[in-house]
Amino acid sequence: MVDTVLFIICAIVAIVCGFNVVLQRHPISSALSLIGVMSSLAVLYLLLGAEFIAMAQMIVYGGAVMVLFTFVIMLLNAGTEKASSKSWFAQIAGLPLLLAFVGVLAFLIRAVLPPLAAVAFGSWVGGTAEHIGQLLFTTYLLPFEVISVLILIAILGAVALAQKEID
Amino acid sequence: MNLWLIPFFPLIGFFLNGLLGRRLSKPLVNLIAVGSVAASFVCVLVVLSKLWPIDNTYTEHYFTWIQSGFLQIGFDQMLDRLTAVMLLIVTGVGLIIHIYSIGYMAHEGGYYRFFSYLNLFMFFMLLLVLAANLLVVFVGWEGVGLCSYLLVGFYFREDWATNAGNKAFIVNRVGDFGFSLGIFLAVATFHTLDFGKMAAALQGMPAEVGFGALTLIALLLFVGATGKSAQIPLYVWLPDAMAGPTPVSALIHAATMVTAGVYMIARMSFLYNHAPAASEVVAVIGVATAVFAATIGLTQNDIKKVYAYSTISQLGYMFLGVGVGAYSTGIFHLMTHAFFKALLFLGAGSVIHGLGGEQDLRHMGGLRKAMPITFVTLLCGSLSISGFPGFAGFFSKDSILLAAYGHAPWMFWVGAITAGMTAFYVFRAFFLAFFGTYRGHHHPHESPAVMTLPLVVLALLATFGGFINIPEFLSRSYPLGYQENVGRMAISAGFGILGILLAYVMYVAKPALADTVKNAFGAVYTLIFNKYYIDEIYQAAIVKPLEGISRFVLWHGVDEGVIDFGMVNGMAHLVRGWGSLFRRMQSGSIRNYATWVLAGSLLVIFVLGLVGGGR
Amino acid sequence: MGHVPLSWYLILSVILFALGVAGFVYRKSVITVFLSIELMLNAVNLSFVAFSYQMHRIDGHIYSFFVMVVAAAEAAVGLAIILTIFKNRGTLQIDEVDSMKL
Repeated sequence: MVDTVLFIICAIVAIVCGFNVVLQRHPISSALSLIGVMSSLAVLYLLLGAEFIAMAQMIVYGGAVMVLFTFVIMLLNAGTEKASSKSWFAQIAGLPLLLAFVGVLAFLIRAVLPPLAAVAFGSWVGGTAEHIGQLLFTTYLLPFEVISVLILIAILGAVALAQKEID
Repeated sequence: MNLWLIPFFPLIGFFLNGLLGRRLSKPLVNLIAVGSVAASFVCVLVVLSKLWPIDNTYTEHYFTWIQSGFLQIGFDQMLDRLTAVMLLIVTGVGLIIHIYSIGYMAHEGGYYRFFSYLNLFMFFMLLLVLAANLLVVFVGWEGVGLCSYLLVGFYFREDWATNAGNKAFIVNRVGDFGFSLGIFLAVATFHTLDFGKMAAALQGMPAEVGFGALTLIALLLFVGATGKSAQIPLYVWLPDAMAGPTPVSALIHAATMVTAGVYMIARMSFLYNHAPAASEVVAVIGVATAVFAATIGLTQNDIKKVYAYSTISQLGYMFLGVGVGAYSTGIFHLMTHAFFKALLFLGAGSVIHGLGGEQDLRHMGGLRKAMPITFVTLLCGSLSISGFPGFAGFFSKDSILLAAYGHAPWMFWVGAITAGMTAFYVFRAFFLAFFGTYRGHHHPHESPAVMTLPLVVLALLATFGGFINIPEFLSRSYPLGYQENVGRMAISAGFGILGILLAYVMYVAKPALADTVKNAFGAVYTLIFNKYYIDEIYQAAIVKPLEGISRFVLWHGVDEGVIDFGMVNGMAHLVRGWGSLFRRMQSGSIRNYATWVLAGSLLVIFVLGLVGGGR
Repeated sequence: MGHVPLSWYLILSVILFALGVAGFVYRKSVITVFLSIELMLNAVNLSFVAFSYQMHRIDGHIYSFFVMVVAAAEAAVGLAIILTIFKNRGTLQIDEVDSMKL
């Protein structure tokens, strides 16, 4: 009962905030809406029994990535957009393709996939940090190490791209 | 035994003279050229002495040339009595002519080139004669055609020479096309091209009635022979080929190359024995060519042209001989013809050399005092070709005519009349050149010994060569085919003597008579003098249409229109068109790219989900 | 009452993903485009976790974790690129950055 209500509330919040991301004029409003989406998604993760992922979502996305976005928006003083006549193909074909996309996927989910379980909060408790740690450091050890190298490269790239020119 | 040495020496001569001749001294070039042919001749004598009395066919196999399915063709050489006769003729007469050429070409440019080509010709001719299967014969066949082209067009800076060379090669090519078709058909019929194997396959089979595969092969091979040996309809190149130096005319267009067709038919006698329809065609064309060419020879003013038409006519006799089944008579006449025709041409060359290049009979005369040796030797040659009793030509021509009589009497009569015409025009040339007063502007002098000595040797052969009884020598493989009949021999000899007397009357006793006769015959004379306008007919009916097709259909139409414009440019237009179409996708706009990605992923999801999914 | 069917989670994921694509295709500011990308990545994360629940396996969580890490790295580098573009071209309109064309 409670999880159903919670799901509906969080879903509505996520969708509304999602629309907001797309429809707002100023980027800062879009960024804040995105934070709303991420928060509601975190709750949904909790409902699905993914404790670690929910926490990681809040910390990494909400706490780091979105803060970074906000910093950059402030730094660039990005204003509202102007209309453009280029990319006519995107403007014309984009909506129909999107609708078709949603339609096909919805159909696939409802009709083609095998019967799915119902989600009951607490019916599965295998998403703890312990479980993730066990899998992460045994089966997925190599991707884990590679990911760390990736982060290093990203740091170096970001520093190299954004630093001042040496004159 | 090393039969390969026989053609090998001239080949070495060709390479040495061809590659190094420019830097060698003239005596050294002479030594290489004449020495290689002499070595070849000695080799022939050695081989013959070892194999005497040549009762069996001796073959040598060198390597397998073609191995494809059922067809196996080796590079083989063989030697039997027919080959022996041909080898002696080719190397012997060739040697004599090489020695003569030293004197004749002494003041010409391109000296070493001449001898290297001549050696190359000897190589190919010997290859042809020694071949043991039709394909090696064809190699030699084509090779002598090539050398004919090179040598006829020897004075390549002159248009008339290069045109004559082209004509010789191209007309030969038409004949060679027929020859190739004959070879293909032979492969299909016999599954081999080896002479021995083909003969064994046909042994015991009855002769073909009507028109079948064997007749077709025989006729196609004969088409090649008409090209190479200048018979109707492909004889037109031989008179033009007189553009080459006179030793070339003697060696190639009298003694050896043009006889390749006769040799080929004699070699394939087993085939022609089984295809009587083809043999009939050969004989009829032979006798027709003989009389046709003789009539043209009556009117010509260039001494070499007279002898050229005489060659065509005598070749007609040889084909008559082999066509009626008396192969040995054709070969006999081939040998004696080699002697007296080479003699006639070399003698003409001596006259031309002594007159500083004059070839027109109307500007000669009274040369018998200035050039005595040439006079005597040419007399021997002329008597021989006229069939004067006792000379070589008498025996060989009579054997052919007797064999023809046994086959069809009308051929005998036509041949006898032609013999009379032959005697007439040969002696017309002889009298015009050596009797009367000199009508030219040069100082005639006798030729040097290096030229007159070969003339003497050939004169001896032309006089006494008839006593070499070739039909007897070849009778084991080629039965005699004629009966001796003194009456008919007398008739043909009589025609010959009549011709000589008529020529004497018209050109020595009463010179004005010739012009009267010419005016009396008026239009007929003009027709014959212009060679029946055959060259003009060929030009209009065959050459011009072909040229037109080549230019308009093939060049402008196919090459420029279809290939250049349609395929090459068209491909470029096509690529450019599609390229400009697809270029629009690279707009630089990221949003467009994203939309394309969306469309593509939608397609993938659709396919995977609905078509391949549900698993 | 009843429990929430898993298909609802998946449909929510699809809707969020579609919204992200719409933002990518229709918005002209580079920052907003990046935000839409982040939205897409989140939608995919939801999908992973949902299926992980369905199969009672934790591998989905691991994939989701990796997606998060990569998204963070990509955001860092991407924003640095945006700064460079702004420095060089003075504009944040995505349609102005179209010089890589034929």
